[in-house]
Amino acid sequence: MRVPVSWLKERLELSDDVTAQDLADAFVRIGIEVDGVHPLEEITGPLVIGRVAEIEELTEFKKPIRYCQVEVGEAFTAGEDTAERDEDEDDDLDPTRPRTNGIICGATNFAEGDLVVVALPGAVLPGGFEITARKTYGHVSEGMICSARELGLGDDHTGILVLPPGTADPGDDARGVLDLDDTVLELAPTPDRGYALSIRGLARELGCALDVPFGDPAAIDVPEAEGDAWPVRIEDTEGCRRFVVRRVTGLDAGAPTPWWMRRRLLLSGIRSLSLAVDVTNYVMLELGQPLHAFDTGSVQGELVVRRAKEGEKLTTLDDAERELDPDDVVIADDTGVISLAGTMGGAGTEIHADSTDVLLEAAHWDPPSISRTARRHRLFSEAAKRFERYADPQVCAAAVELAARLLRQYGDGSILPGRTDEGGTEPHPALTMPISLPDQVAGVRYERGVTVRRLTQIGCKVAVGTGDDGTALVTAVPPSWRGDLNQPADLVEEVLRLEGYDSIPSVLPTAPAGRGLTETQRRRRTVSRALAEAGYVEVIPFPFVAKATWDAFALPEDDPRRGGLTVLNPLESDKNELATTLLPGLLETLQRNLSRGFRDLALYHVGQVVLPPGEPVAVPDLGVAGRPSDDELATLERSVPPQPLHVAVVLTGQRQRAGWWGQGEAAGWADAVQAARTVAAAAGVELRTEADDLLPWHPGRCARLLVDDVPVGHAGELHPKVVESLGLPRRTVAMELDLDAVPLPRSRPAPAVSPYPPVLLDVALVVDAGVPSADLADALREGAGELLEDVTVFDAYTGEQVGEGKRSLAYKLRFRAPDRTLTVEEATQARDSAVAAAAQRCGAALRG
Amino acid sequence: MSEATDKQEAKPADPLAPETLQAAVESAEKEFAAAADLDQLAAVKPAHLGDQSPLLLARREIGSLPKERKADAGKRVNEARQAVQAAFDARRAALQAERDERVLREESVDVTLPWDRVPRGARHPITTIAERVSDVFVGMGYEVAEGPELEAEWFNFDALNFGKDHPARQMQDTFYVAPEDSGLVLRTHTSPVQARALLHRELPVYVVCPGRTYRTDELDATHTPVFHQVEGLAVDKGITMAHLKGTLDAFARAMFGERSKTRLRPHFFPFTEPSAEVDVWFPEKKGGPGWVEWGGCGMVNPNVLRACGVDPDVYSGFAFGMGLERTLQFRNGIPDMRDMVEGDVRFTLPFGTEA
Repeated sequence: MRVPVSWLKERLELSDDVTAQDLADAFVRIGIEVDGVHPLEEITGPLVIGRVAEIEELTEFKKPIRYCQVEVGEAFTAGEDTAERDEDEDDDLDPTRPRTNGIICGATNFAEGDLVVVALPGAVLPGGFEITARKTYGHVSEGMICSARELGLGDDHTGILVLPPGTADPGDDARGVLDLDDTVLELAPTPDRGYALSIRGLARELGCALDVPFGDPAAIDVPEAEGDAWPVRIEDTEGCRRFVVRRVTGLDAGAPTPWWMRRRLLLSGIRSLSLAVDVTNYVMLELGQPLHAFDTGSVQGELVVRRAKEGEKLTTLDDAERELDPDDVVIADDTGVISLAGTMGGAGTEIHADSTDVLLEAAHWDPPSISRTARRHRLFSEAAKRFERYADPQVCAAAVELAARLLRQYGDGSILPGRTDEGGTEPHPALTMPISLPDQVAGVRYERGVTVRRLTQIGCKVAVGTGDDGTALVTAVPPSWRGDLNQPADLVEEVLRLEGYDSIPSVLPTAPAGRGLTETQRRRRTVSRALAEAGYVEVIPFPFVAKATWDAFALPEDDPRRGGLTVLNPLESDKNELATTLLPGLLETLQRNLSRGFRDLALYHVGQVVLPPGEPVAVPDLGVAGRPSDDELATLERSVPPQPLHVAVVLTGQRQRAGWWGQGEAAGWADAVQAARTVAAAAGVELRTEADDLLPWHPGRCARLLVDDVPVGHAGELHPKVVESLGLPRRTVAMELDLDAVPLPRSRPAPAVSPYPPVLLDVALVVDAGVPSADLADALREGAGELLEDVTVFDAYTGEQVGEGKRSLAYKLRFRAPDRTLTVEEATQARDSAVAAAAQRCGAALRG
Repeated sequence: MSEATDKQEAKPADPLAPETLQAAVESAEKEFAAAADLDQLAAVKPAHLGDQSPLLLARREIGSLPKERKADAGKRVNEARQAVQAAFDARRAALQAERDERVLREESVDVTLPWDRVPRGARHPITTIAERVSDVFVGMGYEVAEGPELEAEWFNFDALNFGKDHPARQMQDTFYVAPEDSGLVLRTHTSPVQARALLHRELPVYVVCPGRTYRTDELDATHTPVFHQVEGLAVDKGITMAHLKGTLDAFARAMFGERSKTRLRPHFFPFTEPSAEVDVWFPEKKGGPGWVEWGGCGMVNPNVLRACGVDPDVYSGFAFGMGLERTLQFRNGIPDMRDMVEGDVRFTLPFGTEA
């Protein structure tokens, strides 16, 4: 909200040395955010009021151009510029006639006789814009007729600024008339403080912050009414608590808005439209109560406040036809809906250029209803913004009265004696709390009387008493404009913020001894660090996936990974699915790095995925008055789909780099599997692998990863087709596993370390090519018995020497006894048992 | 050698005569000294210390001497022999040292050559700063609490005192999840973890909750729709706003250095009352020491405590939350937030495994 400081100051008894910055600082201190402090920019040189004497339309140009003779009074004394004046203009020689300047102007919103603001040659406008006499459009233009924006008075640039007749005389210094010695504050009150969207509320806040008297602009006499102004019936008393109407007739439809009011509207960022509309806006800004003005002649019969009916439509002031929702609160007359209550009026009953009879309406609307309507129709009007944040129901009559008086004063209208005032308002319920509650919450000992003083200052009716246990209590009835004071904590905040948060000391609480990180949390860190140490770079891609990605992965239609939940309002419309796997994000990041010129990449991501929900769980509508029951809580938690923590890596290019030492080694399927082993080792579990066939992996180069025989993920080379359709480098590899599915080790091993020497023996075995090396190793281990300390495969060979369909695998066996030096004979015996087991279980033969 | 031979030939003297022995010693010393390397030294060794060397031959003569002269001659021969041996040993040691030095010199390498066959990777600085924050609070006795990123609206809003139609619900630019009535949102803050912690943990509760959060902001230099927050919550008997201030000051010092401090400005959040925004001042701020807006905080709203089954007449609490990207951005002077989300390895690698 933009607020001229002069308007605020009008309501406060401030000493003259209080600056705009002082006010801004005060606002910040009490919790009203200041987005900007904008002093009106200085204008130097001759800036005068002019009267347009004559307009010559120049028609030979593509756009309308006017050459105007503008009376600029005597302030301008002829200088050297006069030499270049048009020859036909010699009246400056006549001292009895006002001085006129010829000025070119591109705007058309003015007429002969209008008062305008003229920057004469030598003037410097905001932004360092220097005015000189210059030849343009075939004439010498001696100055510029200014728009409000060019003068630094807001953003209105729809035409030049035309002042109401009588505002000033030609030749007057315009600076005084425009009152440029002012500052606009840009304020952003928090959404709980609806009252602060007004001069009334903001000035009151400053009064509290600076401890100076505040004069309430709503404190005006509202005369007794003589009957109703118009028949009104509130059908929906929940949607509308109060509805006030006053009627003004005999309005001069063409009466201009007085300059002081227009100035304030301009500085507040509101365009001036017509007196009646300007007056309603002005009262809204000053009192925070949005008003609506109906053209009385267009209203047919009784006004009824109700909810819209199915199928009803309304064309609003912005000329949009809107289909109404049965939840929308509307105002209807005999013809149907004429206004979307509290949000925007209808076009049919709008004030128009020749309206002379208006109904001024001020009402109190239910904030949640307004909020829903505004969102539903995307109509975030100034009115809706105030109503949804709670407007003062008590101010309706005063607001209407103020508006009616302004119309009478400036529009020559008559206020009819009747006033409709339907509905009514109850005072807010009283709140009682220990008088020391603010001290207890803040951890501060405030001076005696602070609580009462501050609550009184914000407008509460305050009484002090004693509780049954002797505690001193304070009872406060919040003022009508404060819809946000509903519990003692709200009153506490008022005391604390007005006393200043800087008076709260810094005290460290003593927490009970904690248990440190959980096993799971520590594991996550260890896994992450292990991958980083192993050469992987962590990335955190967004979890949004496009359906096209699953197509590129060639996943069948019924693949569960396709069943991800979708976001209703995604930032990129095609990327609307929540990732069920980390691979799409990782591969996209891989591509980004590739496109930036990197070839050798190893990336990892540790993050939650969202599994497709099973049977949807109906979410119970839980209240917030107390703890949900255990059943309700369990149902609620079940309604949230499982989101296990996954770990994934992708690699491309060289895993071992080429360099001055020689050749590098390309990343391959085995590196992806090794990444899984790195994770498993960090997690303290043993990983088993077995062949699998799962897209997007290569059917012959895909390992299923198992821990305790439970599958936890996959690793290997990506399918060549997937690589091709994603435009990835050939032989890109990937691994993904579900870390939550990996059990925590019950305990870390405590191995008994034998000090006796080992016996090392090698065996080379020939098996069918399809026999996994891991199985063969298992067989050896089992056959060898307890003397076998370790078995490692050190060679794998296929080729002529072992025959078609066969493979030779060579193992190093390390035997050791726990309690003695093992003899070669014993070890050999154990090795023979191992080979026998391998022969039996895997059909292995010793390689000759 | 030839000189010695000449002498012998010229005057077949008594091999045991002191002059003869002295000549043999001098001859040996001369030849050992002349040996340029260990091979040459080995080549001349037999002539002076071998079986046919003059001193060995002289020793054999002792047997034939009369008894009374034996001791004297033996002593002389032995002394001579020891002198030769000592000369040999000394020369050998010198030559060995020379050779060792040469070998080591020849084996020298260019130590500036790189050897990063598998270069080390790096952790994302957001991960490490989240851990660092957690560690700071674990050190104060807090525990780390976590929750799902796709969250029930009840936890994200209702339990946190966001009225169903209150404009505050719109402040947060929520990602909603289909179908329309799913009751699920991508959590807009880590605060739902507060509610979960209060519902599931025994009082008192002191938790810190780092995690990923979502709002429908377009990605630019200072905004990202997917970001990280850290939330702190303390609910205990007698918790005050002074405790909140003390905790924030301690947190600031841990993150920004001993001289850092915080200040509170009144603000509004549905889940705290009173509420505040917290600014941090620290000396190393880019552009000079000064204040930066850091996060939001306040005393837990009694309505939140009630919804979580905590009696607000007995317990009170404070909560605070900060954006981790923002914290990292102004702490480390990172100019563009996009660098933190794009995953360019050039951004992440320099962080190594710490932020």
